[in-house]
Amino acid sequence: MPLDPPITDIEVLKPHPALARLLEWNVSVVQAAKFDRDELTIWIEKEAIREVCAILRDSADCPFNYLCDLTCVDWYPSEPRFEVVYHLLSIPHKERVRLKARVDGSSPAIESVTSVWPSANFYEREVFDLFGVRFTGHPNLERIMMPDDWEGHPLRKDYPVEGYR
Amino acid sequence: MTQFPATAAEPGQNRTGEDRTLVLNMGPQHPSTHGVLRLVLEIDGETIVRLKPEIGFLHTGIEKTCEAKFYQQVVPLTDRIDYLCPLTNNLAYCLAVEKLLGLEIPPKAQWMRVLMNELTRINSHLVWLGTHAMDLGAMTVFLYCFREREDVLRFFEMVSGQRMMTSYFRIGGLALEPPLGFFEKVKKFADRFPGNVDEYEGLLTGNPIFMMRTKGIARLSAEDAIALGAGGPTLRGSGVDIDLRRDAPYTGYENFKFKVPVRTEGDVFARYLCRVEELRESIGMVQQALAGMPEGPIKADAPKVVLPDREKMKTQMEALIYHFKIVTEGFAVPAGEVYQAIESPRGEMGYYIVSDGTAKPYRVHMRGPSFANLQALAKMCEGGLIADVVAAIGSIDIVLGDVDR
Repeated sequence: MPLDPPITDIEVLKPHPALARLLEWNVSVVQAAKFDRDELTIWIEKEAIREVCAILRDSADCPFNYLCDLTCVDWYPSEPRFEVVYHLLSIPHKERVRLKARVDGSSPAIESVTSVWPSANFYEREVFDLFGVRFTGHPNLERIMMPDDWEGHPLRKDYPVEGYR
Repeated sequence: MTQFPATAAEPGQNRTGEDRTLVLNMGPQHPSTHGVLRLVLEIDGETIVRLKPEIGFLHTGIEKTCEAKFYQQVVPLTDRIDYLCPLTNNLAYCLAVEKLLGLEIPPKAQWMRVLMNELTRINSHLVWLGTHAMDLGAMTVFLYCFREREDVLRFFEMVSGQRMMTSYFRIGGLALEPPLGFFEKVKKFADRFPGNVDEYEGLLTGNPIFMMRTKGIARLSAEDAIALGAGGPTLRGSGVDIDLRRDAPYTGYENFKFKVPVRTEGDVFARYLCRVEELRESIGMVQQALAGMPEGPIKADAPKVVLPDREKMKTQMEALIYHFKIVTEGFAVPAGEVYQAIESPRGEMGYYIVSDGTAKPYRVHMRGPSFANLQALAKMCEGGLIADVVAAIGSIDIVLGDVDR
């Protein structure tokens, strides 16, 4: 089973329900798209992430009503440093899509999606705790895994594996 | 001296107008929280006004550790996340890496994976059933469940040498051939087990005390379950019909026939019935896997990824070189990212792996089903009684290793 090369042409990927709905709603929010290893990734303008999630959740054709996962990847030292990753699932249609928003490293912040899915609450707290990305509009943004007085954000790439000595 | 106001007290306040709720700590050392979970309960008499889970006591930074290991060295770490279903974690991780590599897995390895995965589900559900029933006061069920669980753990020991931290699935296939006599022993167990499930059900399903403790308790509507990200039997107990084994088949589940139990009541009893029904379906799948087990190799034909057999390594030079290279410098995985979700006993277990083309993963993220299910707990308990919190925690079947990672 050799790997197929990834498809990045938006015109070819248009039939996917998530991308179709977003292009229909507002073309400017979609930065790029990639179909690789049977998974679709859409890069979204950071400012629009909450609206995009709400649009996809309420989409009539294929509602992406379930937030599977929300996490972050640190691309230190390149900028924009962080990518916040959202995995959505459509329970009625069993479709999946991955959304990504790029966040720069100087004062990382992005709008919270807790108003769209209450389940984002813990995930966003986890990303805040371990990466130091702030989620504006989060009802209770505090550390969840590490102790409250912990210094630094352990999953950042410039944080040593053995911790600071 | 304070004068009493003439009007009656507002709910939540006493007659002097003060807050009359009390904050009570449940855990982290509490036998019914199934691990080190701390719940901060705000109570008004016996009624829960607010419930706030505090987690992180078991956080070991596994995701960070993974970034410093070779791909094949991560497999034993995945055992330790959800220690009641180690093989499910092994499977999710291996499938994700195999998807990154584009590896084809031989049929026998796939069928063995299904067989072991369903035994793991039985193992996990038995621990849940025993402890859940014990929380609610039914001591006997615990002993019955652990009797059968012991048999399942013996099967794990037979194939991998370990009872719990098995690491039996490897990237590209299985660690070892199942030993002689293994299938016969599993067959014997599978023939006997439905009778054992009848025993558990005989003790619980019609039991008036058990029903009083579970029926109508800790209700969760389908909308809330989806919005709060609940998964597995917690979601299906609320009437949402989803099971990744059927809806997004992986590792050969499309060859198996099984029903997905769904209940619409959304209470503790509904989740109990879903899981007990899953025990029967799982043993059915074990029977199917035993009947149709194909012959052939148990590892993919990919010498750069899969360790060679011991015999070959000692007799063939190429095999020795590959062995040396895999062990000392790992194997490079093409750059890219995958999210592989599978149906663990608790819900959707997802592995998100980002590769930058080297021999170590750039980022590994585990989407733990217990972490997601725990968010639904507050919604279930608020407005209920303190005693029902214990039933609710049992019914979402959390493993704290999976929550905190």
